[in-house]
Amino acid sequence: MDRFSWSNGLLEIDETLVVQQRGVRLYDGDDKECCLSIPLSQIIFFEEQAAGIGKSAKIVIHLHPSSPSKEPGPFQNSKYSYIKLSFKEHGQIEFYRRLTEEMTQKRWETTPVSQPLSSGTGTQAGKTRAVGIVGIERKIEEKRKETDKNISEAFEDLSKLMVKAKEMVELSRSIATKIKDKQGDITEDETIRFKSYLLSMGIANPVTRETHGSGTRYHMQLAKQLGDMLQAPLEERGGMMALTEVYCLVNRARGMELLSPEDLLNACKMLESMRLPLRLRVFDSGVMVVQLQSHSEEEMIASALDNVSDLNTNYSSSLSILLSSLSFLNYFPRLLLAEKVGHLCRDDSVEGLRFYPNRF
Amino acid sequence: MHRRGVGAGAIAKKKLAEAKYKERGTVLAEDQIVQMSKQLETFKSNLEEFASKHKQEIRKDPQFRVQFQEMCATIGVDPLASGKGFWSEMLGVGDFYYELGVQIIEVCLALKHRNGGLITLDELHQRVLKGRGKYVQDVSQDDLVRAIKKLKVMGNGFGMIPVGGSYLVQSVPAELNMDHTVVLQLAEKKGYVTVSEIRDGLKWEKERACHVLDHLLKEGLAWLDSQATGEAHYWLPALFSELTSRDVTPEEANQMTP
Repeated sequence: MDRFSWSNGLLEIDETLVVQQRGVRLYDGDDKECCLSIPLSQIIFFEEQAAGIGKSAKIVIHLHPSSPSKEPGPFQNSKYSYIKLSFKEHGQIEFYRRLTEEMTQKRWETTPVSQPLSSGTGTQAGKTRAVGIVGIERKIEEKRKETDKNISEAFEDLSKLMVKAKEMVELSRSIATKIKDKQGDITEDETIRFKSYLLSMGIANPVTRETHGSGTRYHMQLAKQLGDMLQAPLEERGGMMALTEVYCLVNRARGMELLSPEDLLNACKMLESMRLPLRLRVFDSGVMVVQLQSHSEEEMIASALDNVSDLNTNYSSSLSILLSSLSFLNYFPRLLLAEKVGHLCRDDSVEGLRFYPNRF
Repeated sequence: MHRRGVGAGAIAKKKLAEAKYKERGTVLAEDQIVQMSKQLETFKSNLEEFASKHKQEIRKDPQFRVQFQEMCATIGVDPLASGKGFWSEMLGVGDFYYELGVQIIEVCLALKHRNGGLITLDELHQRVLKGRGKYVQDVSQDDLVRAIKKLKVMGNGFGMIPVGGSYLVQSVPAELNMDHTVVLQLAEKKGYVTVSEIRDGLKWEKERACHVLDHLLKEGLAWLDSQATGEAHYWLPALFSELTSRDVTPEEANQMTP
């Protein structure tokens, strides 16, 4: 591949870093290869090559023939007029997007050029409309037509689908208005059914403005499952877990048919009313936790006080360990609670927040 | 089944009401619910047909995903609201984004000890890609942004702050107001900021600058370098680029603190 020049990897004066992607392998044509650079103006056309089994996704870049005044590079001549970039560690989508942007903008044509090389390459490429380029251009056209056909068919079908979905949305709004204005006689059964329709379609419940279809049977089932599943993990973690931690735990366990964040939230909201041994708790800061019912307020305050007296003897190391681990979540709300009730007082400085037993 | 009241009087009243509605041409809500149930069945089979032809498109083409999401938003539908929704079940969009959510949370947690819960979208993207491994499909930054938007409902302070043409992703409920955001944006170019730079660049009083910097220090988002030449530098680990940083595990970090 003779279009390359050696470069020192640092940016020149008129160069900017657009995107960086590690783990990209270079192929000269189809030959596997091994800081090389090509000016973007050398690119005629580029396309994606999807990943296959055992093969990573690639971008194929077709190039103009190199100009004789090009800086020296690893090869003097090559039988190919294209290179492949193989994305061993992904990142191909972003790279492709940025490359498309750069090729559309063609900033090198408008930027004041410090080297005469770029403009020289442009005019020379115009003169040497070599045979290979005609073939490439034809392939480009065919590929574009086929891709367009596929995409436009998918979009057409999608648009038709959306029209039907929109009808459903309007129907649901009409129903919701009537429920609100109490026109007709809706039973509780019908309301529950309506909510589950909203859930299936992903339509926000217009009556309560709450998250979609909360209070459906699905969420009640979920709540029961959570009640069983979270007992042991909660006990291991001192009775409290952040909702985001629960989300990861539950979804990792499921593997498939994952819960959405809203599913989890709606299920947790039902825990208390269903008299399950867990409940959802929201702190002033907005942090949401699931905690074991057995953890009453008095117990929490008592344990907070114990911890504070421990910590004061050996302050900085234990607190820093506490704060840097997830169990921080267990202690901080308890400390705040104890402070609210007057058992602790705080010392707020740049070094951090400290709590002391309240001896005032 | 005595759903709507018993007795002849009630029945008569009801017949009158129904007649009135039919006069005005208004359809009863309960009839509409029946209608909706039928339409839902039809829609479900249309979606199944769409999925059988184009499910791959959504999986493989991030541009198509963007279009799909935007169309849904326009008509008032959220395909990611529930794993039990039709969109999620039949097109598989749900699992893709919910799993991405798990990966995002895990990356943010792993780095929190270092950057205080603030990370650039670029770095998050790189690390999520690395974590996903080589044999799974690629994800775009738009995919990440949508997954993060969903995570917000779980109240752990997930947010996005516009900085330098991209975003900082916040994953802790630290309170960041406009002042903090502006200072973060100022620090973006070099990864650090000084009190003088804030005074010159933003025309603030010294007290205001110090107040903001103290808050960032306390929240663990900024590190103080008092040994820098000239005045103290306030570094933001979230903005460290790969070239100037080295990965430290939480255990190593603990050993380093005095």
